[in-house]
Amino acid sequence: MFKVDKLKSKCRVHIGDEMTIYDAAELKEKLMGVLEDSRPLELGLSRVTELDSSGVQLLMLVKKEREKQNRSLSLSNHSDEVLSIFELLGLATHFKDPIVMQKAAGENYES
Amino acid sequence: MNLEPALQTYIAESLEQLEEMERVLLELEDDGEQSQDKLDEIFRAAHTIKGSAGLFGLDDIVEFTHGVESLLDLMREGKVKSSEDIISLLISSRDHINALVEKLAAGDEEENESLKSEGNTLSKRLQHFIDEALGKDEVSGEEDAAGSLVEAEVIPGVSPVERMEHGEAVENENWHISLRFPPDVLREGMDPLSFLYYLETIGTINHIVTLDEALPSANEMDVETCYLGFEINFKSDADKETIEDVFEFVRDESFIRIIPPRSRIAFYLELLDALPDTEMRLGDMLQMCGSLTSAELERALAMQKTMREKSVDLPLGNIIVEAGMTETPVLNAAIAKQSKVRENTFREKQSVRVDAEKLDELINLVGELVIAGAGTALNAGASGNTVLTESVSSLNGLVEQVRDSALRLRMVQVGATFTRFRRVVRDVSLELGKDIDLIITGAETELDKTVIEKIADPLMHLVRNSMDHGIEPSDLRLAQGKSSTGMLKLNAYHDSGSVVIEVSDDGAGLNKEKIKQKAIEKGIIEEDQVLDDQDIYNLIFAAGFSTADSVSNLSGRGVGMDVVKSNIAALRGTVELESTPGKGSKFSIRLPLTLAIIDGFQVAVNEASFVIPLDMVLECVELDEFNEVANKPNYMNLRGEVLPFIRLRNLFSLSGQPLRRENVVVVQYGGKKAGLVVDDLIGEFQTVIKPLGEIFNHLQGVGGSTILGSGEVALILDVPGLIQQMSAPDISRTATAA
Repeated sequence: MFKVDKLKSKCRVHIGDEMTIYDAAELKEKLMGVLEDSRPLELGLSRVTELDSSGVQLLMLVKKEREKQNRSLSLSNHSDEVLSIFELLGLATHFKDPIVMQKAAGENYES
Repeated sequence: MNLEPALQTYIAESLEQLEEMERVLLELEDDGEQSQDKLDEIFRAAHTIKGSAGLFGLDDIVEFTHGVESLLDLMREGKVKSSEDIISLLISSRDHINALVEKLAAGDEEENESLKSEGNTLSKRLQHFIDEALGKDEVSGEEDAAGSLVEAEVIPGVSPVERMEHGEAVENENWHISLRFPPDVLREGMDPLSFLYYLETIGTINHIVTLDEALPSANEMDVETCYLGFEINFKSDADKETIEDVFEFVRDESFIRIIPPRSRIAFYLELLDALPDTEMRLGDMLQMCGSLTSAELERALAMQKTMREKSVDLPLGNIIVEAGMTETPVLNAAIAKQSKVRENTFREKQSVRVDAEKLDELINLVGELVIAGAGTALNAGASGNTVLTESVSSLNGLVEQVRDSALRLRMVQVGATFTRFRRVVRDVSLELGKDIDLIITGAETELDKTVIEKIADPLMHLVRNSMDHGIEPSDLRLAQGKSSTGMLKLNAYHDSGSVVIEVSDDGAGLNKEKIKQKAIEKGIIEEDQVLDDQDIYNLIFAAGFSTADSVSNLSGRGVGMDVVKSNIAALRGTVELESTPGKGSKFSIRLPLTLAIIDGFQVAVNEASFVIPLDMVLECVELDEFNEVANKPNYMNLRGEVLPFIRLRNLFSLSGQPLRRENVVVVQYGGKKAGLVVDDLIGEFQTVIKPLGEIFNHLQGVGGSTILGSGEVALILDVPGLIQQMSAPDISRTATAA
């Protein structure tokens, strides 16, 4: 599942099901499509049921690219699977998103 | 991620390791003394099983094996002395791991309460020994875990803070692990996350920083390449080797640095040095992980600078060694590790794992090739084209060689099967309260794998029977002037186209009177029947016969021996028995070398063709008035020897009149000779044995069928069966009919 909502204030993307090596190529293609969006980018992760290293890498890639462009990225509505892996890898501090089950606050950040 | 094939390999390898472990444990028990090599071997086996189990997330195996490993480790260090109790605990623990692996192999994912409680009991007992050892030796145990302080610096009772003042050790009480996975790790079907999950089973990840430095720009990034790196502050009591082994599967291509707790800054320096491009960032990471304080980091960077200025050309490794900074134990471990890896690759080169099914397929095809070859040779001969005949014959020579080497692929040494009995002998002698030694000879004798698999059960019956009925209790043995320890022998050797496996003991031998009595009781023989010794012994193979006064759970249920007999007969083998009262008994199992293809000798009666296994053919003679024995229609005189014979025409009720001069094929099996009377001798012929269908199972005298080059079917004679039929008096036929 990959659904893009282009709102006025932001570009919201819902990623679903599996973020694993099997779907990585397809997912990357789709993410490339929204990477250069000038609006703040928000990735909703509530439907992610499986996440592996390749999925983590893609998320980190998006963050790195957005930073390069000086554009914002936020991750929101982390599913339990995502949360447990973020915890394992210490990624909560990396993405700096508040991990709550609602719309992410603070959309602009620098690191 | 599909781990199924890898899991199968894991199961196969674990079972192998467990077998190895059992063998060494039993040796250890026999020797009674502590042998470092053997302990190392067992430890390695346990360690490998645990390590790989971790990768597959098999928590129950990891958890349980961890206890075993810890105890073994203490034994290796000499902190726990090996004793009978401990060895038998280790053997039970091995069995438990085996059960866990087998449960996994069976795909059984349900919780098994009895298995679980068994595991818990064993774990507690393991822990008991571990605690005992550590209780005595706590301080040095802690130092070992830290692994970073040389002994001179160990001052019992001194707190870590005070130790810190010795030179430039850092404050960090935890391990620091720096990880860069190889780019191909994902493609090889492994997920870096699983290594981290496994790492968490041996300690706690205090702090982790995931690095994205290696990620290229979006356009260049390949989703199947791994770019991730990790800096980990890791709290664990495990030793360095254990932590290293978490990454065993990727160690060769990864960049991995593991820095022990309270290490000198030099170790961090080396880390900074090894990753030069990101060192500034890395320094921050180390600080973020809490592995270095900011003061320590500054000092490290300063040291690095001065070192670089002082000795530009010297690699940092040398500097560390020069400064006496590396620990010999760590170094030794590294060297041992390397040589172990080398040893493993060496072994891999020597053998290839092949699916048994593929091998069977090859053998089948070779069988067809042999038949087709024979047909071609026949046609070539008929065509009268000498050039063609010649090339076909050289082709068939090659086919024959291919056949031989294909069959050799299936040959396996009987030793592994024999070794398994060490365990049986140990357990059973404990159970029976008898003292029994197992002696194995001829372990290198090779036998077809299918035959070996099928012989294990009958052999088990014989071994148990010998221990249960044959060997006497120690006091009885002493009273008879024998040594108190009974002896059980397993032996194997090749003998004219067959393999002989012997199970012998030095026990009481068979009790003729008792057997006879029992047989009469069971209605197997009549009271007034006169039998020679051999016939009486053979009675134990009769169905429903059992001599044990009390029925034990080993043998004595009366289902043993006749089942043994029929199992062996199903393999085209025979079993014989020799026994001397007071001296012991010997069972000899005679088996064909292979089940699939044999060299045959083709004969004909009237129009029908028969094949006799060539290994059993001794010679061919003519039957005429000169060598017939007067008044004995089925015996002939073979150079002064009386030879029983059988006319195939009569046996199979074939039509046609016997020729005036008949031919006799003299065959031999198991020390007995007999003659088979036929019309024509046709010649040698390679034969692929096709088993007969179910309905012909009880057919006497025929062992199988084969297809001739001409497409005709020929029956393969069951020589052992025929010989038995000719030489056996009525009574033993009853006894062997099962």
